[in-house]
Formats: sequence, C-alpha cells, structure tokens
Amino acid sequence: MPQGYLPIFLFLIIAMAFPVIAILTAKLVRPSSPSKLKLEAYECGIEAVGNSRGRYAVRFYIISILFVIFDVETVFLFPWAVRFHQLGWFGVIEIAVFLAILIVGYVWVYKKGALEWV
Amino acid sequence: MITYTSTDHFVLLPGLLLALFGCAVLLLDFLFPKDVKGRGWLVGIALSGVGFASWQSWQQYLYLKAHSMTPLVAFNGALVLDGFALFFNGIVLASAALVMLISYRYLEDEKEHHTEYYALVLFAACGAFFLNGGLDMVTIFVGLELMAVSFYILVGFLRTDKRSNEAAMKYLLLGGFSTGFLIYGFSIFYGLTGSTNLAALATVIPARGANDPLLYLAIVTTLVGLLFKIGAAPFHMWAPDTYEGAPTTVTAFLAVASKTASFALLLRVMLVGLGTAREMWEPLLTGAAVLTLTIGNLAAISQSNVKRLLAYSSIGHAGYVLLGLIAGNQTGLIGVSIYLLTYAFSTIGAFLVLIALRRRGVAVETIEDLASLGKRYPYYALLMLLFLMSLAGLPPTAGFIGKYYIFLSLVESGKYGLAIVGALYVAVSLYYYFRLVRSMFLTESIEAQVLAPSNGVRLVLALTGIATIAMGILPEPFLRMAAISLGR
Amino acid sequence: MPNVPVPLNYYLTLSAILFMIGAAGFIIRRNIITVFMSIELMLNAVNLTFVTFSYQFRQVDGHIYSFFVMVVAAAEAAVGLAIILTVFKNRSTLTIDDVSSMKN
Repeated sequence: MPQGYLPIFLFLIIAMAFPVIAILTAKLVRPSSPSKLKLEAYECGIEAVGNSRGRYAVRFYIISILFVIFDVETVFLFPWAVRFHQLGWFGVIEIAVFLAILIVGYVWVYKKGALEWV
Repeated sequence: MITYTSTDHFVLLPGLLLALFGCAVLLLDFLFPKDVKGRGWLVGIALSGVGFASWQSWQQYLYLKAHSMTPLVAFNGALVLDGFALFFNGIVLASAALVMLISYRYLEDEKEHHTEYYALVLFAACGAFFLNGGLDMVTIFVGLELMAVSFYILVGFLRTDKRSNEAAMKYLLLGGFSTGFLIYGFSIFYGLTGSTNLAALATVIPARGANDPLLYLAIVTTLVGLLFKIGAAPFHMWAPDTYEGAPTTVTAFLAVASKTASFALLLRVMLVGLGTAREMWEPLLTGAAVLTLTIGNLAAISQSNVKRLLAYSSIGHAGYVLLGLIAGNQTGLIGVSIYLLTYAFSTIGAFLVLIALRRRGVAVETIEDLASLGKRYPYYALLMLLFLMSLAGLPPTAGFIGKYYIFLSLVESGKYGLAIVGALYVAVSLYYYFRLVRSMFLTESIEAQVLAPSNGVRLVLALTGIATIAMGILPEPFLRMAAISLGR
Repeated sequence: MPNVPVPLNYYLTLSAILFMIGAAGFIIRRNIITVFMSIELMLNAVNLTFVTFSYQFRQVDGHIYSFFVMVVAAAEAAVGLAIILTVFKNRSTLTIDDVSSMKN
C-alpha cells in the first residue's frame, strides 16, 4: 500500500476519533444527577423558542456578506507578510494600494450606514 | 524581480483612470447634495473619467503609430497594448460615455437614481479593458469577473422591480456557471503548459498533437464559457431574460460593451493561444455559429416584446461575428472588428429610441406600443427605421459594411455553405425587423402624447444616428480603424 | 516500503468529479441558494486542479490563481446573496420555477 496515503488516513482517524473520545470521557468521568434546574439553559443563556429554521433579520445577512468579502481579502496579505523582506518597499507600496482600495469600500459601507444596527 | 516600469504604467493608465474615477464617484457621493443637481455633478465627474481615459488611449494610439504598431507588452506579459486592444477599448469607452449620457433621466424617472450606477459603469468598462488587453489567464479572469459582477448589479439596479431582480438573478447564476467552465478550461491549459500565459499556450500545442484528449477537453470547456459570455447558442438562454428585465440603459450597455469585450477575449484566446490548434476548435465554432444564427433569428420572429426581440437579434449578430472568425482570413478579422463597431452604434440607437419614447411611468416595450409611431413622432420613427436597417444589414447604413465584409471573407475562404446559411438568415431577420417597421408606419394611429426626452438622449440619438449613416456612406475611415485592430 | 506519493491523476479525477457534481447540481436543484452553492463547488473544483498542477510543476503560479479564484468567488457570493435577498424580498420564494416569470 502506498505510504502517501498514511497522513490522510491518520488525519481521518484523528478527526473522527476526537469528538467521540472527548464526549465519551466526559460522560464517563462526570457525576450524573440531572435535575430540572440543571437542564435549563446556563445562566445568561436564552431559552430556546421555536425551531432553528426561523427567519433572521436581514441585518445579519448584510453583516455576514460584508464579513465574507473583507475576510477573504486577507488571503493576499499572508503571502506578502511571508516574503516581507524580499519584497521590500515595493511590496509595502503594493499592499498599501491594495488596502487603500479596501478602505474605499469600507468608507462607502460605513457612510451608507450598512454597519449600523437599527 | 517585481517592478513597476514606465511601460507598465503607460499601458495600464486608461484602465487605472477608469477605476480611480469609479472610486472617486463612490466617495464624492457623500459630499454632494442628494438632489438632481448634486447627482448631475457626479455624472459629470464620471464622464470626465471616461474623457481622461479616452485621452490617454489616444496617447497610446499615437505612441503605437509612431512605433509602427509594435505591440507593447507590460507586467511580464500579463497585459498587452496593441491595435486590437485599442480598437475594442475605443468601443467600450464610446458605449460607456453614451450610456452615462442617457441614463440620467431614465434613472430619475425610475426613482432609483443612485450615483453608484456610474461607478459601476466605470468599473465594468475597466474590467472590459483587461479583457481586451489581457494576455495572462489571471488578468483575463479578474477583468472578466470585474466586468461581470458590475453588470450583475447594474442589471438588478431597479431594486423594487420584479423583472429586474429576476433578470439579475438569472444573469448571476448562469454567468457564474459559465465562469466555472471557463476557468476549468484555463486550469487544464495551465496543466498542459505550466504557465498561465496565453502566449505560452501557443508554443505547447504543436508538441501535444491535434488529438490530445486533455487539450480537447480544455478547448471545449473554455469554449462553453466564452460562448456563454458572447451570448451564442447553445448557451444563450440568459440573454433574452436578462435583456428584457434589465433597465433599458443597462441592456444597451450590456449588449454592446459586454459583448464586444467578450468577443475580444474569444478572439485573443482562439487566435493567440489556440491559433495553432485551429482544426480542433473550428468545427465546434462552426456548429455553434450555425446554431446561433438559427436560434437567434427564428426565435426573434415570434417575440412581442421589442427588448426581447432585440435580444434574440443580438444573439443572431453574435453568429455573424463568429462566421468572420471561422473564415479566418484578414478580411474576416476586419469584418469582425467593423461588424462589432457598427453593431455597437446601431444597438445603442435602437434601445435608445425605446428609452426616448417612454413617458413617466409608462415604458414602451411591446410592438403594439410602437403602433403608428411614424405619425406620432416621425423623427423617432425614422431613426428607429435607420437603426433597424443597419441591424438588418441594408445599404446605405453601417450594418451593411459589417455584413459585406463577413460574407466577402466567407466567399474568399471558400466556405460557400456558411455564406448561404448566413444570407438565408439575413432574409429571416428582414422579416422580423419589418414587423416593427410595419407597426410603426402601417397601423392605425393612436393618440400622440408629449414627450420630453433629456438633452443627453437627444445628443446620443443624434450621435448614433449620424454614426450609423456615416459608416454606411463613408466607410473608409472606419475600415482604417478596423485595420488598426489588426495591427496595421 | 518506498514512499509512494498519491498519484496526481487521483487529485485531477477528484476535481473533475467535484466539478461535475457542481454542474449537475446547478442543473437539477431548484432552490436558488443550492444552485448558488453548486457554482461555488465548481469554482473550488477548479482550485483543486490549479493547486495540483502547481504542486506538480513545483511552481506558485497555480496557487496564486486559486487565491484569485477564492477572492473573486467571495465577491461574487456577496453580490449574489444580495441579489437573492432582493428577489426574496419581492417574491417571498426561493424556488427557481416560481421566480421565472418572463417567457417567450
């Protein structure tokens, strides 16, 4: 069997075993004496009302859409950071231009009020 | 070593100006008052952006002319400045300027006048520039998506209009689908060459042989993506719905800028990258062209919505342009360039007549709405007649020159069958264009109302009308422009 | 035992299968969001191809291309979700057939 697959198998096994082991040990080790009060949502947790398929306010979507964009842009920052010294001032200016474009977008979003929670 | 040379700067500058002015319009929006006058200023700024980019493109032309049209390669071969890119940039700039001029009143009437519109037009034009001049698959991809994403938003710009939403959604989904195919093809090209540059592709093909299955797969998937973008059958389904639902100004821009830039990309990929694999893609493109002509022209016959009819006719036009590429000789390539140029002006003009005829809250969309136009508004009716004649390819209008060169190239290269098919569908197209003409001139009169088109609409109508006539009567300067696109 | 790496063909086959699943999902599924997810799957299949070839050539070009694909896909997703939201606001449905009103 080719050894090239070994890491994949190890990864698969660890990934599957981790939650199983964690939950099992917790179950075996902890004392178990449930009461009504204990089973309620913890401290400041909010009581679940209805099912989780309900609709969310549109605000959540807008924030998440904005998050997706600004989050993914960091993919260009990492390679630059890794090669920071080799790229020198040229890289700094390039990244500054890139960030300036992002900031234009950010200012526009901010001024449009998309980040305000009404 | 990565650098930014003065050559890079010179080649990039027009596109850079468009992007900068787009950002400026976005930000200055907050400084100007939110009224008709404030928006007018911003339209002026956006137009000046196109003006500066045009000026810089002119400088590029002068430079190339002084250096006997030798292509100028920038960014380590990612971007090229040649006559071809310049010619198509010119069409994009002209259409962007014309569309901005006519959009002002239209958006006010729709009560959706946000200045982001102009920024998006500038961004779309910027993306088109990178399609026209891109030689690297990364540059092409990013340019294509910049243009496409801007257009998705523009198509859905009338947020409360159901048809506009629907058009945007269909365009988005089918556009994303086609992009997937295109870059899947690109990824295989990368696998074959080890480089993302189109020029490198040309050197590898002879070594791979003509029947390499992987190369064939790459060509087919790339073609699927490209045919989608130019709106050719069998991947044309998005076009009628998108053209019908989009704001009419955006429809005009989409039909011209997006289509010509996508054709520029198609030509670049086929002739630069895959020029040596002609026997592999020519049969595929021939089939697509015949199918495109058939579907575009036959489906147009039964349409009652004028925008939809023009959408199908625009699909048909894509078929004629493909014929020019299939003919493959110099005449054919000049034909492609001149056809796209004449098509640009006639199409903007035809959609513009529809825009001019709309009254507050009443859109002119069906063929019945055009009834007795000849009596009600003779000038508009005559202009519409002119644009339709040009689209049908009748002399003495611009469209005739385009069709003439396409057919000439087919005859020269001995593809008589395709020439006959093309001629047949010209006859079919005459039939459905005549339906519009009959509605305008030969139907009962209905009551005329006062029209108040803006000065921008009048100006653009005059410009497109003059251009359509001038190209038909005096084709010489325009043919010289088309020759520039071939680097001569 | 010699250290035999996973053949590159396997990656390419996987990515071709993912691409086809995406394309089939695009055609078969009727929910707009699911259709949109199918497109993302197609784009990610392309990423896998790029990264595989890039690994084969010991180059970074393919990796960089996949960065661009990711970022552009995110931008497209943002615009796409915004458009889908407006469709939903105007029609209260996310089934493609219910949204299709324009006909020949």
